[in-house]
Amino acid sequence: MGYTLNRQQADALLAALRKDYTVYAPKRFRNQGRYSDTDIIRYAEVERFEDIVWQTKSDYPAKEVLTPIQQAIFYFTEDEYRESKGPRKPILILARPCDINAQHVQARIYAGNGGYTDLYYERMRELVKFAMMECGGGDDTCFCVSMGTNKTDDYSLAMKFSDDGVQVQVTDGAFAPYFGDLPQADYTPAFVEENELKVTVPDLDDKEVRKALKSHPMWQEFNARCISCGACTVACSTCTCFTTRDVIYGDNPEVGERRRVTSSCQIAGFDQMAGQREFRSTAADRMRYKVLHKFHDYKARFGDSHMCVGCGRCTHRCPELISISATVNKVSAAVDEIKAGLAKQ
Amino acid sequence: MMNPVQPKPCTILDVHKESAHEWTFRVETDAKVAHGQFMQLSVPKIGECPISVSAQGDGWLEFTIRSVGKVTNVIFEKTAGDTLFLRGPYGKGWPVDQFRGKHLVVITGGTGLAPVRSMLNLFAAESGAVKSVHLISGFKNEEGVVFHKELEAWKEKFSTIYALDNDAKEGWRTGMVTAFVKEIPWDSFGGDYAVVVVGPPPMMKFTGLELLKNGVDEEKIWMSFERKMSCAVGKCGHCRIDETYVCLDGPVFPYTVARDLVD
Repeated sequence: MGYTLNRQQADALLAALRKDYTVYAPKRFRNQGRYSDTDIIRYAEVERFEDIVWQTKSDYPAKEVLTPIQQAIFYFTEDEYRESKGPRKPILILARPCDINAQHVQARIYAGNGGYTDLYYERMRELVKFAMMECGGGDDTCFCVSMGTNKTDDYSLAMKFSDDGVQVQVTDGAFAPYFGDLPQADYTPAFVEENELKVTVPDLDDKEVRKALKSHPMWQEFNARCISCGACTVACSTCTCFTTRDVIYGDNPEVGERRRVTSSCQIAGFDQMAGQREFRSTAADRMRYKVLHKFHDYKARFGDSHMCVGCGRCTHRCPELISISATVNKVSAAVDEIKAGLAKQ
Repeated sequence: MMNPVQPKPCTILDVHKESAHEWTFRVETDAKVAHGQFMQLSVPKIGECPISVSAQGDGWLEFTIRSVGKVTNVIFEKTAGDTLFLRGPYGKGWPVDQFRGKHLVVITGGTGLAPVRSMLNLFAAESGAVKSVHLISGFKNEEGVVFHKELEAWKEKFSTIYALDNDAKEGWRTGMVTAFVKEIPWDSFGGDYAVVVVGPPPMMKFTGLELLKNGVDEEKIWMSFERKMSCAVGKCGHCRIDETYVCLDGPVFPYTVARDLVD
C-alpha cells in the first residue's frame, strides 16, 4: 500500500505514530559540530516532520538508538546488582539501508556470538521496527554497493522524502491504521545502484597471505597519520565494542551504577590488562586490527557478510583524513604484491 | 530473559597468602566449573575482572589473584566473611578427557600455575588417570613462588622440576623453564602424551618453540591465554584476536591455533 503525503499530512502521521512509538530519525543539532558554526546530525527522537534530516547522511549511525554511547546495565547497592530497566514503548527508527543492514551485523555479535544473547541489545531490538529512508545516493564517502548493503527488505515502512512531503510504502499491516483515508498513491522504493566510490575487498582467505599482510609495511603509514582517537569506530554503523565501568553517585558512595560505555580498538589501552603491556601499542597495529576485522575476521567467524556496510562515516569523521576506502584499496595492492611474491617462491 | 552478565553475591570463606602479591581467595559458590575455565569477579563501585579458577571443591572455588589493578587491589582488602560477586564460568577449559590415559607434561611460568592447579590436583588424587605427570614450574624469584604446599605434595606424585629464573634455592634449579624441556623423557612416551603450557606470553612463545625443537608434536600442545575482557560472553570485543574470542573459544587453545593468533 502506498501513500503520498504533503508536509501537514506527514506531520499528522508523525504525531499519530508518536502516540504508540518513540520515533527516532537523523536530527540536526545546530552549532554542535566539530568546528565553529558547524552542525552535527545524529539520531534523536523527532517530534515534527521538519526535524527529520533526509537531505544528507547523518554524521553518526542509527546504532546509537539500540546501543547508546553509554547506558546503565545494573544499579548496585552493597549487596545487590539490580538490572536496569529498558524502554517499554515500541521504537520506530528511520534509517537508510546501510544503517538497517548494520543492525544485522550487530545482531550477529550481540544476539548470537558464543551462544550468549545480550539482554540489553535484545530488549531494545525486540521493540524496534524500521522505516527505511530511500537513499538518494549518499555522498562521496559512500560505497554501499561494493559491500552489498545498498538494499534491504527489513522494514515496515519505506519513505521517500522531498521538500513537499513524503511518499510512503506500508509493508507491515500493523502500520496501516495510521494512514486511514490519507491519499493513496503507489510508491515502490528505489535503492542506490551505483556509488561514485568503488571498493574491491581483497581475497584474504589464504592464511599465508594474511600472515604476510599483518606484518606488511603498509600499516606503518598510520603511525604518522592516525592519532588513535577512535572517532572512526564511534561513527561506525557496526562497531560494537564497549567497556564496563562502575560509577558511584556523589551523594551516597555506597550506591551507583554499572555502565556499558562505548569503547574503541583504536584507542590506547583497549587490550591492556592490569600490570601488563599492551599487545597493540601503535596506531599501525590498531589500524591493522580494525581493518582486518571489518574486511576479513568478522566474515570468517559469522560467514554471511563483511562487518563494513560502506556508509563512509569513518572516513567522514576522521580528523586526519584517513579514508577507509583508500585504505582497503591499499590492502588490495599489498595483497597483490604478497601473492605475486608467494607465487615466485 | 536470562542475563549472562548478572553477578551473584558470594561469601569469601578464606584468604590464603601464597606470596606478598598473590593471594588465594576461597569463595562459597555452587558454580560447576571445568578445569581451566574462568569466572568474572566483581566488586560494586570498582568493576570486574576475569580470573581463572585455581582449585575447586564441594561448594567452593578458589581464585589466585595478584594485586595489580583497580579491582584486584580492592579484592585484597577483603577478608573471610566479606562478599565477592561472581558470574560464570566462562570459556573452554582443558580437554581433560583427552589427557586421560596419556603422559602429561605441564610447563608453567609464575602464576601460570593457577589455571592448571585444579587439574593437577585432580590427577594427583585420581591415581592411574594419566600414565605420568611431568611438571616444570618456573618462578621469577623466591618471593614469586605460589602454592608451596601443593608443590611439595606433587613431588610425591609427579616428576617435578621447580626452578627460579636467576636465584638459587635448595632442591630447586636455576634457569628459565625452556632450559629443562630437553630433560623430559619424550622418547619414553611412545608418542602417547599431551603438553600443557601456561605463563606470560613470551614464556609460552619460547616454550612452544623449544618443544618443537625437541621433536614434540605440535598437535599435542595446549596453551591458556589471558586477555583483557569486559563481558566474557563475546560482546565487548576486548579479547578478540582475529576471528577468535578468547572468552568463548579459549582461554585454552591447541598450540596450532594459539601459534597463529596475532593480537
